[in-house]
Amino acid sequence: MTTTREVASGATARYEMVVGLEVHVQLRTITKAFCCCSSSFGAAPNVNTCPVCLALPGALPVLNEQAVRLAVRAALALGCTVNEESIFARKNYFYPDLPKGYQISQFDRPIAEHGRLVVGARRDGSPVEVGITRVHMEEDAGKSVHDRFPGVSAIDLNRAGVPLIEIVSEPDMRSASDAGAYLRLLRQILEYVDVSDVNMEEGSLRVDANVSARPRGETRLGTKTEVKNMNSFSGVERALEAEFQRQCAMLDRGERVVQMTMLWDGSRGEVRPARSKEQSHDYRYFPEPDLPPLRLLPEWIARIRAELPELPQARRERFLREFGLATADVEVLTATAPLADYYERLVAAHPDAKASANWVMGEVLAALNASGGSIAHFPVQPAALARLLDLVRDGAVSHSAAKRIFEIMVRSGDPADTIASREGLLQVRDADELRRWVDEVFAEHPVEAQRFTSGERKLQGVLVGFVMKKSGGRADPKRVNQLLVERSGGG
Amino acid sequence: MAVKRDDVAHVAALARLALDEAQMTLMVTELNGILAHMDVLQQVDTAGDSGTAALEQAGMPLRRDAGPPLSLARPLESFAPSMRDGFLLVPRLATHEDAAPEDLE
Amino acid sequence: MTGPSAVAQVSRSFQRMSEVHAGSDGLNCILWSDRDGALAAAREIDARADRGALAGMPIAVKDNIATLDLPTTCGSRILDGYVSPYEATVITRLRDAGGVVIGKTNCDEFAMGSSTEYSAWGPARNPVDCSRVPGGSSGGSAAAVAAGIVRVALGSETGGSVRQPAAYCGVVGVKPTYGRVSRYGLVAFASSLDQIGVFGATVEDAAIVMELVAGRDARDATSADRAVPRYREAAERPLAGLVIGRPREYFPPTLDSRLAALCDRALDAMRAAGAEVRDVSLPHTDLAIPVYYIIAPAEASSNLARFDGVRYGARSAGAGLRAMYEHTRSRGFGPEVTRRILLGTYVLSAGYYDAYYRKAQEVRTLITDDFARVFASGVHVLFTPTAPTPAFPLGARSDPYEMYLNDIFTATANLAGVPGMSIPIGRLDGLPVGGQFMAPHFDEVAMFRAAFGLERALGAAAHA
Repeated sequence: MTTTREVASGATARYEMVVGLEVHVQLRTITKAFCCCSSSFGAAPNVNTCPVCLALPGALPVLNEQAVRLAVRAALALGCTVNEESIFARKNYFYPDLPKGYQISQFDRPIAEHGRLVVGARRDGSPVEVGITRVHMEEDAGKSVHDRFPGVSAIDLNRAGVPLIEIVSEPDMRSASDAGAYLRLLRQILEYVDVSDVNMEEGSLRVDANVSARPRGETRLGTKTEVKNMNSFSGVERALEAEFQRQCAMLDRGERVVQMTMLWDGSRGEVRPARSKEQSHDYRYFPEPDLPPLRLLPEWIARIRAELPELPQARRERFLREFGLATADVEVLTATAPLADYYERLVAAHPDAKASANWVMGEVLAALNASGGSIAHFPVQPAALARLLDLVRDGAVSHSAAKRIFEIMVRSGDPADTIASREGLLQVRDADELRRWVDEVFAEHPVEAQRFTSGERKLQGVLVGFVMKKSGGRADPKRVNQLLVERSGGG
Repeated sequence: MAVKRDDVAHVAALARLALDEAQMTLMVTELNGILAHMDVLQQVDTAGDSGTAALEQAGMPLRRDAGPPLSLARPLESFAPSMRDGFLLVPRLATHEDAAPEDLE
Repeated sequence: MTGPSAVAQVSRSFQRMSEVHAGSDGLNCILWSDRDGALAAAREIDARADRGALAGMPIAVKDNIATLDLPTTCGSRILDGYVSPYEATVITRLRDAGGVVIGKTNCDEFAMGSSTEYSAWGPARNPVDCSRVPGGSSGGSAAAVAAGIVRVALGSETGGSVRQPAAYCGVVGVKPTYGRVSRYGLVAFASSLDQIGVFGATVEDAAIVMELVAGRDARDATSADRAVPRYREAAERPLAGLVIGRPREYFPPTLDSRLAALCDRALDAMRAAGAEVRDVSLPHTDLAIPVYYIIAPAEASSNLARFDGVRYGARSAGAGLRAMYEHTRSRGFGPEVTRRILLGTYVLSAGYYDAYYRKAQEVRTLITDDFARVFASGVHVLFTPTAPTPAFPLGARSDPYEMYLNDIFTATANLAGVPGMSIPIGRLDGLPVGGQFMAPHFDEVAMFRAAFGLERALGAAAHA
C-alpha cells in the first residue's frame, strides 16, 4: 500500500507522467446489443433477460443496428477512420455476471481506428493532442451485488448485453490535468453527438488509466500500470497523481516499476495493487463464430458523417467569430449542444449577442441549476426570453423588473408582456407622473432636496432612490435623473 | 512443443476444471499424443493466405433496435439453481474492498 | 391429405419403441419421451383442417436441440433435468408443418464423439448388431430410424455426426450447407462447423424434412438468406449429364478393398444410369483431422464456458465461487468433453494461438479452396466412402486420436461448409456401409439428385 503522502514532492519534478486512457461508454439504444431485451435501467432484477442474454444453451446473438450506428457516429466525431469490415471476437473469462463465459467484443479488427483530439493547450501554447488508437464495440456484463444477502453474491443480468464502445487513447497525456481535459472534451463530444448519457456516477461512462513515469527528457516509455476503480473525473486525476508519485518514489529508490493493476480508493485517496489473481489475464481472444464480419458500405458511413452535428470545437470557433464573445463565455455557452442551440435561437430573435450571453449564463443557468432540469425542457424558450430582452433594451422594463418577470416566466410560462403589465412592472416614462413623484419626494425630504438644489450634486443618487422606491421600482431611472438635473438648475 | 504438467494445470485453471493427480498425468500424455498429430500443420505453406476462410461470407445481418424481447415459456426461477428476490445467487465473490482471494478474475 | 392419422402414427412409434427396447435396457437410443404429450400433440394435428406437409409424422430429435416439453441434456450430467424454456427454430418449423416430436435421442456428450459411447446416459447400440456402436455423435437418431421407430430424425453435425452414424446404421443422413439451417436452439459445440442435419429411412424422407427446416432465420446471424429449392423434385432429374468426382484422397491404398469395391459398384451403377465419373484430387484432405481437432475444441472450450452452475443445470456446491465452478464443471462433464475443453483452451492460450488456431484457420482455407477448385472444374458432386470402416464393437476404440480418425472422410465438408450426405451402398460382413456425396455451397439439389439416382440404381443391393 502506498499513499500519496509518503512521497517527497521533489521526486515528481524529475519525472514525466505518461498517460493513456481506456473509456467505456454505454450506447443509448432501446434494446440490448445482441437481443431484443430492453436496455433500460431500474427494472426488478433479471426482468430484462431472455434466452440470449441469459446464455441459455443454443441461443445466438444478433447485432443491433442502432448500436452500430451510434458507435460509428461516436467514432466519426472523434476523428476516427471507420473500418468497412470489422470483426467481433470472444474475450473468454469466468465471472458470474458474464453469462456466456465470454464477452463479445472486438479485438484485432475494431470498428474504427486512428482518431485525434486537441484537448487544450500547454503553458507554452503548444496544443495537447491526444491520439485515439481505436474505438471498438462490445457488450456490458451484468451486475454483482455483494452486500445484499449474507454469505452470497447476488447477480442481476439486466445490464448484461447492453451495448458499449471502448475508446482507447494513445499514451499522449503528460499530466493528470491533460487526462482531465481529454475526458471532459470526450464527454462533451459524445454528448454533442447524442450517443450516450455519459454519466460516470451512473456508470454509463467508465475510465481505466494506463500510467507510467520516465525521467524528463527520456523518449522511451517506462513500465506502465493500469489504474481502475475511479468513479469521477476528479477521481481519475487524483488517482493518476497518486500512482505517478508512487512510481516516481520507486524509480528514485532505484526500484523497477512492475506492470500490474492498481485500484483507486477514493475515500482514502490512495492506490493499492489488485490481488495477484487479477493480474494474470489469458483471455484467449478468437473471432466470434456466431457473427459474420460486420460490413459497412462507404455510402452508409458517409451518410452518418453527414448527419453529424457541429462539434464542440467548431462551434466554439464560430461563436467567437460570429458573436464577438470572450473565450470564457463561449466555453460556458457551448458546454452542451442544447445550451448552445438555446443561445443561438435567442440571438436569432434578439440580436444583442452580449446581453443574450449574459442572460443565458446568468439567469437561465441559475434557474436550471435550481430546478435541476434540462435546457431542452426549460419553460422559458428562446423566443419568449428574446421578447423580455427586447423590453429591457427598449426601456419598457427595468433590469431589476426584468429579473422578477423572468422568475415569474420560469414558474408560470406566461409571456413577458403579460407579466409586466399584470404585475405593474412596466417602467413609467410619463413625464407628468414622474414629476408628481419627484414633487412628493422633495416634499417628504426637504433637507436633502434643499441641499441638492443648492448644488450638492452627490445627493442626486439618493433622491433617485427615493423616487424609485415611491414608484415601486416602476419609474424609468433615466428619466428621473433627467428631471432631477432640471430641478438642480439644469446641469 | 510438448505439453507439460504446468501447461495442463494452467489451462485447467482457465477452464475451471479441477483435475486430480491421475487425471493430470493422463491429460499430459493425451494432449501430447493428440498435439503430435497437429504438428504436420506447421509444415504447410500458407504464405500469401489471408487466414480468413474463402467461404463467400455475406456480411452480418443486423436487427432493428426494437422489441419485443424473446420470451421464456418458464420463468428463470423454475430452472435456476439458486435465486432470491429475483437475483441469481452464487457463493460470495471477492470484491475490491474485501479479499476472498482466488475468486476475482 | 389422406393417410394414417397423427395419433395412429405416433402410437405406432411408441409401440415400436417398446418392441425394439429403445430405452436404457436395450438400444438406449431414446433418452426422453412422453407418450401422453406426443399423443396430445397428435390429436391437435388431427383436428386441424390442414395437417401440414408432415401430417402427423413422428420425429425423433437429438438431445442437443432445444425442445419445450422434453429435457435437453446434450447427453451430459451438467444438464441433468434441464428442460429448455424456449425451443429451437427447426422444432417450431416442424411442429408448424404437422410434425410430432416423439422423443429425444441419445448422443455423445455435447456431440463430442463418433460412437455415442460418450453419453452420460450410457452408450446407444446399433440396431443392426447390438454389440456394435451406432456411430456418433447423433447415434441415437440414426438408431431410431434404423430400428423403424421413426422415418425421420434430427441430428447435428460438426465433423460428420450425422453422415457417419447414418452409414453405420444403414440409413440416409444429410448435412446441409453451413448456414442453410438455423442453429438457433442447437446447443453449440463448434459454432463455425455446427449444422443441424436430417436422417431419413429413404432419400425422399430426408428431402421432405430438409425442405421444411431449411431457410433464413432472423435469430441466427449465420443463417443464409437464400431461397430453399424443393429437394424432392431432384428425384425427377435423371443422372444423365451429372458429373461425379471421385477424389483419390478418399480412396487411399490403406482403405479396406471390399469397402472400395462397394464404392466402385455404386459408381458403376451411376455411370450405367448416365452419369459421368471423373477422378479428381482434393490435395489437402489429410490435413482435415488436425485442423478439425484444433478448431472444434477451441470453439467448444468457449461455447461450454456457459455451463457454470449459475443460471441453469446441475450445480455442485463448493466453498467459494471457484470451488463451485470447478465442482460443477468437473462433475458435470465427462472425460471426452474435459479432454476437448483442455485441448481447446490450450490451443487458444497465450503463446500457442498463432501456432495452432491461426495456422489451423489458414489450412482450413486451403481445404475450402480444394473444393472450390474441383467444383469450378465442372464436377457437380463428389462421391466417397462415408467412413473408413463399418460400425465397430462397443469399447473397441480407446485411443482418442484413433477415434478421431472416424471423421476422416466427413470433417472436410464441415470445414469447407459444403453440404454432404450419406446413403446406404451395401454391406460388409452384414454391417451397413455408406457412400457420401458432397456438393458445392447451397447446391443440395445436386446432392439429392445424385442420391435419388443412386438409391434407384442400387435398389435392394443398397442393403445387401
